[in-house]
Amino acid sequence: MNFAFDLDTMWYMLVGLLFTGYAILDGFDLGVGALHLFTKTDRDRRVMLNAIGPVWDGNEIWLVTGGGALFAAFPEVYATVFSGFYMAFILLLVTLIFRAVAIEFRSKQPMLWWRRFWDVSFNAGSLLTALLIGVALGNIAHGIPLDAAHEFTGGFWSLLNPYAVLVGLTTVTLFAMHGAIYMVMKTEGELHDTMRRWARRAIGVFSVFYIATTVVTIIVLPHMTVNMRNHPWLFVVPVVNVLAIINIFRQLRRGRDFRAFLSSALSMAALMAIFGIGMFPNLVLSRPDVANSLTIFNSASSPKTLGIMLIIAAIGMPLVVAYTTVIYRVFRGKVRLDSHSY
Amino acid sequence: MDVGLLSRIQFGLTIGFHYIFPPLSIGLGLILVIMEGTYLRTKNSLYHEMTRFWVKIFGLIFALGAATGIVMEFQFGTNWATYSRFVGDVFGSALAAEGIFAFFLESGFLAILLFGWDRVSARMHFVATVMVALGAHFSAIWIVVANSWQQTPAGHHIVGMGETARAEIVDFWQMLLNPSTLDRVSHVFMGAWQAGAFFVLSVSAFYLLRKKHLDFARASMKIALIVALVGSLGQLATGHMSARTVAVTQPAKLAAFEGHYPASAPAGMYLFGWVDDEQGKTTGLQIPGFLSWLVYFDAAAPVTGLEAFPPNDRPPVNPVFQSYHLMVGIGMILIALALGGLFFWWRRRLFEMTWFLWIFVFSVLLPQIANQMGWFSAEVGRQPWIVYGLLRTAEGVSKSVTPGDVIASIVMFLLVYILLFILFIYHLNEKIQRGPEAPVAAEGHRT
Ligand code: HDD
Ligand code: HEM
Ligand code: HEM
Repeated sequence: MNFAFDLDTMWYMLVGLLFTGYAILDGFDLGVGALHLFTKTDRDRRVMLNAIGPVWDGNEIWLVTGGGALFAAFPEVYATVFSGFYMAFILLLVTLIFRAVAIEFRSKQPMLWWRRFWDVSFNAGSLLTALLIGVALGNIAHGIPLDAAHEFTGGFWSLLNPYAVLVGLTTVTLFAMHGAIYMVMKTEGELHDTMRRWARRAIGVFSVFYIATTVVTIIVLPHMTVNMRNHPWLFVVPVVNVLAIINIFRQLRRGRDFRAFLSSALSMAALMAIFGIGMFPNLVLSRPDVANSLTIFNSASSPKTLGIMLIIAAIGMPLVVAYTTVIYRVFRGKVRLDSHSY
Repeated sequence: MDVGLLSRIQFGLTIGFHYIFPPLSIGLGLILVIMEGTYLRTKNSLYHEMTRFWVKIFGLIFALGAATGIVMEFQFGTNWATYSRFVGDVFGSALAAEGIFAFFLESGFLAILLFGWDRVSARMHFVATVMVALGAHFSAIWIVVANSWQQTPAGHHIVGMGETARAEIVDFWQMLLNPSTLDRVSHVFMGAWQAGAFFVLSVSAFYLLRKKHLDFARASMKIALIVALVGSLGQLATGHMSARTVAVTQPAKLAAFEGHYPASAPAGMYLFGWVDDEQGKTTGLQIPGFLSWLVYFDAAAPVTGLEAFPPNDRPPVNPVFQSYHLMVGIGMILIALALGGLFFWWRRRLFEMTWFLWIFVFSVLLPQIANQMGWFSAEVGRQPWIVYGLLRTAEGVSKSVTPGDVIASIVMFLLVYILLFILFIYHLNEKIQRGPEAPVAAEGHRT
């Protein structure tokens, strides 16, 4: 493998960056959704919802834009993965719809059954979304059967293999941890203490799953570690990852909630980087016919398009980052419920 | 049924449902900018009250538009994989640009619009409103660019053969400004402004009839009437330009719009009619020579007809004819309604004319129907091509997907969308029934 900085490689990293943005941002609101049903009072649940209220839709745009960028930069991958995982993605879309609508409608009616229904929808939608994303990543790392025309030849149930399910569950625990830490930052009083306890517990559970996934990957999927072994300096990334996770604990103990959240975000970025390093230069591994894999070489768009897209990204993304920062600043601080709240 | 037909049904269903909401938020976005701008200029709290009320409605509409839009983004990959491989190089960049330039802007500033009232200054709130409205307009631009490229491909070349053939960009600006882009983007904008304006007209008329929130309703109605007039006249102009472009770039579609069969002959325009595709005959009430005149400014100029195309290159004629005529007919009615409203406003009778206000109450449906019919005629009129002249719809489908898969997903979307639609109507009604809240300052005076 060589790390020549050609356009293909650059777009491999940029698409990765968009999905990393998605994982970090939507990760916390999916995590909040995963925990939401375990809080007891209606007020607590509203606090949870309103903690993500102003930002969750913007977070989801990282997925939409990541999808668009994948379509533009690697159309073969977009076509193969989305048609291949057809039912899984349709399910994902339905869960995303239910989540969105649950946030909008939950607090609009006072009836108990109404709120209970949307609470369950929000919770199930968040959990399933996280699980499906993890399962998709797991399959891509594990390898899926592709034919010479890059068409998926497996079925829906073959996607639910043990490795993919393990990655799926790890993703759920990761998001739950991230969401709990976000809530620590956004709450006060009793709910704050509860969240603090949950965050600590979630880090523990996540660590168990993380270690399990790492061990299994090293044993079962040797191809995912080839790049690391050939370029030992890349071990910096997993080291950063472990340090970041430890740092979450440290900062939480000191009551520096924002720094704890940043550490959690950093650990997610490191995880995505580990995944990206492991896959490179493959985007989708074909198994058993490795020759049919989708790589940055056989699935990328023309250099012309990649160049144009680079200009679009260079103009657009700094703007996006700038006003996203402004908006997060406007809504910083603890959640207050008022007449505009969900 | 084969995957192709099922996927077409699914795409039509999901985009048609999505397209209920975007025109409303584009049009309402513009109206919000006018209202809040007026408030900042005049400091009249009535306009503040109006902005707050319509922002709430905007939030609801936006939520449904966003929820249904996500489905669209991924459907090209799930159902039209072969097409995605073929067009990705050209089409993907427009879709990605939509995310970067439009959706981020819109959804980001929407947070301030909805939840930021007490957190930012009035001026900053107005900036957010402008950004949201801009974002809504930008998303229409990029997605219509992408669709227009499919209608009138330009700025590309074809690489490879048969199964592996695909289109690659050679000239980005030609792709962006392909022959139909400008006509269609402006036509879509006008349709959206009409949708927003008649929506506001409808709610305001309802309040006037119920003798509630009178000042609020009158002021809202005046703004909406002006937007409705601009949109409706603009719609005629941009629609006419679209038709002239279609005559040059997609003659089979234009022939289907008017049910015009002879390979080359002067053509009239039907006010209404019925097409018998078996016999190749159209019957109805026609203005002779009018189509020739509209396109070439010469009533005797020949227009290419359906018989110039082999049967397997023709779109289904009657559905295209009917949907197109319904759109144009509604366009005329909307012009009349906007002009009528302005006339009665000028004569100072508008706010008391019960029968006319009742028409306004129901007129909200007309732009919605016309928007749907417009897309239907443009898209079905493009058949049998998914990319005009380059790739056939039947060749664009996903090969790894089975009919059972698509039936299952259609059923799933249908159930979810029915639920969404009921929720939407129910809560929209509730918000309208509750009406605007009295301005905060006035509240202090109450005991
Ligand atoms: C950027 C692409 C794009 C955009 C903006 C739209 N469409 Fe479209 N449409 C397609 C891309 C497309 C497509 C993927 O290319 C389809 C699928 C099958 C086909 O031939 O074209 C299609 C088919 C299709 C069909 C089925 C036609 C047939 O199979 O006979 C309908 C009724 C619509 N669309 C309606 C709409 C509406 C109401 C839109 C307004 C929002 C719209 N389309 C925007
Ligand atoms: C197949 C084509 C389309 C795709 C892939 C698509 C994609 C999307 C997506 C992903 C969203 C959600 C953004 C969010 O979460 O905030 C969305 C919303 C939106 N779309 Fe579409 N869309 C399509 C067609 C259209 C058309 C034809 C228009 C207008 C002419 C349009 C205008 C909008 C607008 C204004 C929004 C904001 C939400 C709203 O106001 O309803 N879209 N679309
Ligand atoms: C006033 C008379 C009108 C004329 C002459 C007209 C003409 C046209 C033509 C020729 C097309 C096809 C363009 C193409 O396929 O490239 C079209 C499409 C369309 N029309 Fe109209 N139209 C009129 C009124 C309306 C009204 C009132 C609305 C909605 C409020 C509307 C909404 C649309 C939409 C959404 C499309 C599909 C997008 C597009 O292709 O531009 N039209 N119209």
